[in-house]
Amino acid sequence: MGLLSDPVRRRALARLVLRLNAPLCVLSYVAGIAWFLALVFPPLTQRTYMSENAMGSTMVEEQFAGGDRARAFARDFAAHRKKSGALPVAWLERTMRSVGLEVYTQSFSRKLPFPDETHERYMVSGTNVYGILRAPRAASTESLVLTVPCGSDSTNSQAVGLLLALAAHFRGQIYWAKDIVFLVTEHDLLGTEAWLEAYHDVNVTGMQSSPLQGRAGAIQAAVALELSSDVVTSLDVAVEGLNGQLPNLDLLNLFQTFCQKGGLLCTLQGKLQPEDWTSLDGPLQGLQTLLLMVLRQASGRPHGSHGLFLRYRVEALTLRGINSFRQYKYDLVAVGKALEGMFRKLNHLLERLHQSFFLYLLPGLSRFVSIGLYMPAVGFLLLVLGLKALELWMQLHEAGMGLEEPGGAPGPSVPLPPSQGVGLASLVAPLLISQAMGLALYVLPVLGQHVATQHFPVAEAEAVVLTLLAIYAAGLALPHNTHRPLSYRVVSTQAPDRGWMALKLVALIYLALQLGCIALTNFSLGFLLATTMVPTAALAKPHGPRTLYAALLVLTSPAATLLGSLFLWRELQEAPLSLAEGWQLFLAALAQGVLEHHTYGALLFPLLSLGLYPCWLLFWNVLFWK
Amino acid sequence: MAVTDSLSRAATVLATVLLLSFGSVAASHIEVCTSRFWFNYRHVANTLSVYRSVKRLGIPDSHIVLMLADDMACNPRNPKPATVFSHKNMELNVYGDDVEVDYRSYEVTVENFLRVLTGRIPPSTPRSKRLLSDDRSNILIYMTGHGGNGFLKFQDSEEITNIELADAFEQMWQKRRYNELLFIIDTCQGASMYERFYSPNIMALASSQVGEDSLSHQPDPAIGVHLMDRYTFYVLEFLEEINPASQTNMNDLFQVCPKSLCVSTPGHRTDLFQRDPKNVLITDFFGSVRKVEITTETIKLQQDSEIMESSYKEDQMDEKLMEPLKYAEQLPVAQIIHQKPKLKDWHPPGGFILGLWALIIMVFFKTYGIKHMKFIF
Repeated sequence: MGLLSDPVRRRALARLVLRLNAPLCVLSYVAGIAWFLALVFPPLTQRTYMSENAMGSTMVEEQFAGGDRARAFARDFAAHRKKSGALPVAWLERTMRSVGLEVYTQSFSRKLPFPDETHERYMVSGTNVYGILRAPRAASTESLVLTVPCGSDSTNSQAVGLLLALAAHFRGQIYWAKDIVFLVTEHDLLGTEAWLEAYHDVNVTGMQSSPLQGRAGAIQAAVALELSSDVVTSLDVAVEGLNGQLPNLDLLNLFQTFCQKGGLLCTLQGKLQPEDWTSLDGPLQGLQTLLLMVLRQASGRPHGSHGLFLRYRVEALTLRGINSFRQYKYDLVAVGKALEGMFRKLNHLLERLHQSFFLYLLPGLSRFVSIGLYMPAVGFLLLVLGLKALELWMQLHEAGMGLEEPGGAPGPSVPLPPSQGVGLASLVAPLLISQAMGLALYVLPVLGQHVATQHFPVAEAEAVVLTLLAIYAAGLALPHNTHRPLSYRVVSTQAPDRGWMALKLVALIYLALQLGCIALTNFSLGFLLATTMVPTAALAKPHGPRTLYAALLVLTSPAATLLGSLFLWRELQEAPLSLAEGWQLFLAALAQGVLEHHTYGALLFPLLSLGLYPCWLLFWNVLFWK
Repeated sequence: MAVTDSLSRAATVLATVLLLSFGSVAASHIEVCTSRFWFNYRHVANTLSVYRSVKRLGIPDSHIVLMLADDMACNPRNPKPATVFSHKNMELNVYGDDVEVDYRSYEVTVENFLRVLTGRIPPSTPRSKRLLSDDRSNILIYMTGHGGNGFLKFQDSEEITNIELADAFEQMWQKRRYNELLFIIDTCQGASMYERFYSPNIMALASSQVGEDSLSHQPDPAIGVHLMDRYTFYVLEFLEEINPASQTNMNDLFQVCPKSLCVSTPGHRTDLFQRDPKNVLITDFFGSVRKVEITTETIKLQQDSEIMESSYKEDQMDEKLMEPLKYAEQLPVAQIIHQKPKLKDWHPPGGFILGLWALIIMVFFKTYGIKHMKFIF
C-alpha cells in the first residue's frame, strides 16, 4: 500500500509531524521576522530605476521663473481667505481666468456620521474650484492633475500661489499633449473625494455633489502639493494611499530624479536618505523608514489627497514642503522647477504608468523591495498557523482512530465516530456568537450615538469611541456564557479535548484565510497583524497557565496592536508619547478610523470589527474552555 | 538646306548623347524609419538627414521612397512644430519645405517594405510609392530603428528578420531589379542584419556589431529628446563634404565613426560585391551622377536600323569603368559564402517532457507500489 493510505505508516508519519511541530512553528515564526528585518539589506533591497521608456533619460531645461508671482498670489489668497473664512471662490475663479484657464466650480455637501471633534464639523459643505488648460494641438483624451487641498487647519496658501504661477507659465507653452487640470479643493480630502467621484461619475461614499461642468479626459497622473511657507528646507513625499494602495514606482522615481537634478533635499517619511548602504548605519536607518512605511500603509488612511486618486488607478503623489531649522532653504522657484520638470516628463507618456512596480516597500527614496522579495515574510508567519492546524487535525484523527483500533481490523477509511458529528454542531454556536459581537461592534457605535448622548454627558464622537471600547471589552466576558450548554453535549470521555480542538482548528483556518487575503492586498496590515496574533493564536489552549495566556491574548488583540503601533510610530518619528498622550491619540485614532470608513470607504474598521475581532474572540473562547 | 543640315546635325549630336546615356547607372533610394513614439525622435531625424543629403547630391524625389513611421514634426509634444532638428541648438532643420514622405505612419509595415523591394505591388499603387529600378540601377537602402540579433522592429508590433531581408534581396536579384545595392543600417546589433545576404553585388554597412548597442548622440535640452544617433551623425558629417564631383570612395565611408567616437564598432561586408570598394565612388550610390562623355564624332542617322546596332556595340567598348554582368554566368555564390552549418546545442528536455515522464513514473509506482523500486535500482 502507498505511503498515505497505509494506516501503520500514516500513524508513524503523524507521530513525526506531531513531534517536530513545535520546533518547526518556532523556526517558521523566527524566519518570518528575520526575513522582514533582512529586507533592508542589499541583496533584498534594490536601487530604483526608471522603467518607463517614454520618461527616459533626457532632461529638459526648466524655465519657470515665476517665484515673485507665486508669492503675490499666495498673499492675496491668504488675505481673501482670512476675510471670508472659507475658500475665496470668486477670487480664485477670477485669478484662474486671468491666467488663461477654463474655470469651473463644483459644490458638494456631506453629513458626517458623527461630528468630528478634531475638525469641528458635522455637516460639511464646500466648493471646489478647478481650471483646465487644454492641450493646444491634441485631442483632450488624457489629462494630468495638479491639486492643492485647502482645509481649515492647513491653509496651503503658498501652494495655491505656486499652482497659479505654474498655470500661468504652462499656459504659455505649446508642447502640452495632455490637458492639465489645476484643482483647489475645500475641506481638503472631502472636497477631493467629491471632485473625483463626480469626475468618474460614480458614487461610492454617499457624497452629494453637483455634476462637473467641464471635464478633461482620462487622468494619467496627479500631484498633490502642500506648502505653507515661502521657503522650504526639504520636500517630503507621501506615497501610501487609501487602504494601503501605492502609486506606480515610476512616479516616485520621477520625483527623485528631479530632486537630484535640482539639488533639492527630499525626504521620505520625514527621514533623510542614508548615503551608505554597505555599513550597518544605512540599513538601520532604512529599517526605521521601512517600519514607518509599514505602519502608515497598515493604517489604510489616505495620507494626503493622492491617496484618494489611487482608487481610480490614477498614479498620484503628495509633496509637502517642510520648513525646519536648516541653514539652506529653497524658494518657490526651485519647487516650481521640479514640478515643471515632472509635468513635462509626464507629458511624454503614451500609456498609463505600468512598467514599474505597483506593490513595493521603501527603505529609502532610492531603494525599494519588490513584492516577490517581501511576501515570504508573511508566508512564513502564516505557515505557523497552517502547521498548528495540521497538528490539531492529526490529533483529532488520532483520537478518532484510537477509538476504532480495539474494535476491529482497520478498514481502508476511518468512519467518523458519532461524537465528531456532535462536535461540529457545537462549533456553530461560538462562531455565530462571535460574528454577532463583531457585527455589533461594527454597527452599534454609530447607530447608538444619540442614545448614548442622551444618557451620558459625552459628545457624539466620544460616545462612538466609548461604545466601541465597551463592546470590545464585553466580548471578553462571553466565554462564561457560551459553553455552558456545550458541556452537556460532550459525549465521549476518552476525548474531552475534542471540543476546543475542533474550535481552535476552525479558528486557526479562519485566521489564516483572513490574514492571507489581507496580506495580498495590504501586505503591511497583514504582516503587522500576523506578527502579533499568530503566536498567541497558536499557543491558546485551556490547559496551562491560563492567566498568562489570557494576558498575552489581550495584549495581542487587534485593539492592543493598534495602540502599540501608535506608540511605535511616534517612537520612530522621534516624538515619543507618554501614556496619557498615547491613550488620547488612541481614542482619536479610533474615531478617525470609523469616520474614514464612512467618508472615504477605508477598510480598516470593517476588517478589524467584522473579521479579526470575531476570530480573536474564538481564541478567547478556546482559552476559557471548561 | 543649311537649316535642315544644322538641324540634322543637332539631332545627331543629341542622339549621341542620348545613346551614350544608355549605359550609365541611375541611383534609387529607399529610406526607412521604423520607430514610432515621441522618444524615438532620433530615428526620424536620422532618416530625414540621409534624405536631405541624397537630395542635395542630386537624386530626385521620384527616385526616393521615404518611409517614416511617425510624424515628429506635427507631434503635439514638439515645441517647435513643423520642424525636425538634427543638431543641438536647432542648427539644422531637416524637415524643410520639400520633404516628400511616401509611406507614412501605419503604412510603414514589413509587408509594404518587402513589396516595395520586390515590386509585388497592387497595380493601383501610385508611382511615388514604387521602387522604379531596373537592372542598371544602383540602390541605396538605409534603415534605422530598434533592432536586435537578427531582427529589426517595425512600429512596436512586428519584426523583419535578416533571413527575410536576404530572401527579398535575392528576389530583387532574380527579377533584375538592381545592379548594385548598398545597405546601411543604424540600429543596435545592426551587423546581424547583413549576415545572411547571399545575393551578388551587395555591400552592407552597419553601426554596431552583434552584442553591441548603437548609441544616440545629442540630447537637446529644449526639445527634450535625443536628436540623432551617433553613427548617422558621423556619416552625415562625412556626406556634407561630398559634392557631385567628389572622387571619395567606399573605403573612406568604412572609416567613418571609429569606436572612439561611436562607442560601438561599425561593421561592413563587401565579399558579395564584385568591384573593389576602393574603386567604388560614393556618388555611385549617393548621388545621381550620369556618366556622360561628350564626343565630337558625329553619326549620321538614317532610317536603317543596322546602324543603331553597330553604334550600340561601339558604346560597349568605350566603357571601361563598369563591367556589365552577364546573367548567363552566374556567380558561384555558394563558394563565396562559406557558411558552416551551425551545430545545434543539446538542450536538456523541456519542462513539459520532464513533467510527462514524472507523471508516468508516479502513476506506475502508485499502482504497483514503492517496493518495485528496489528492482529498478
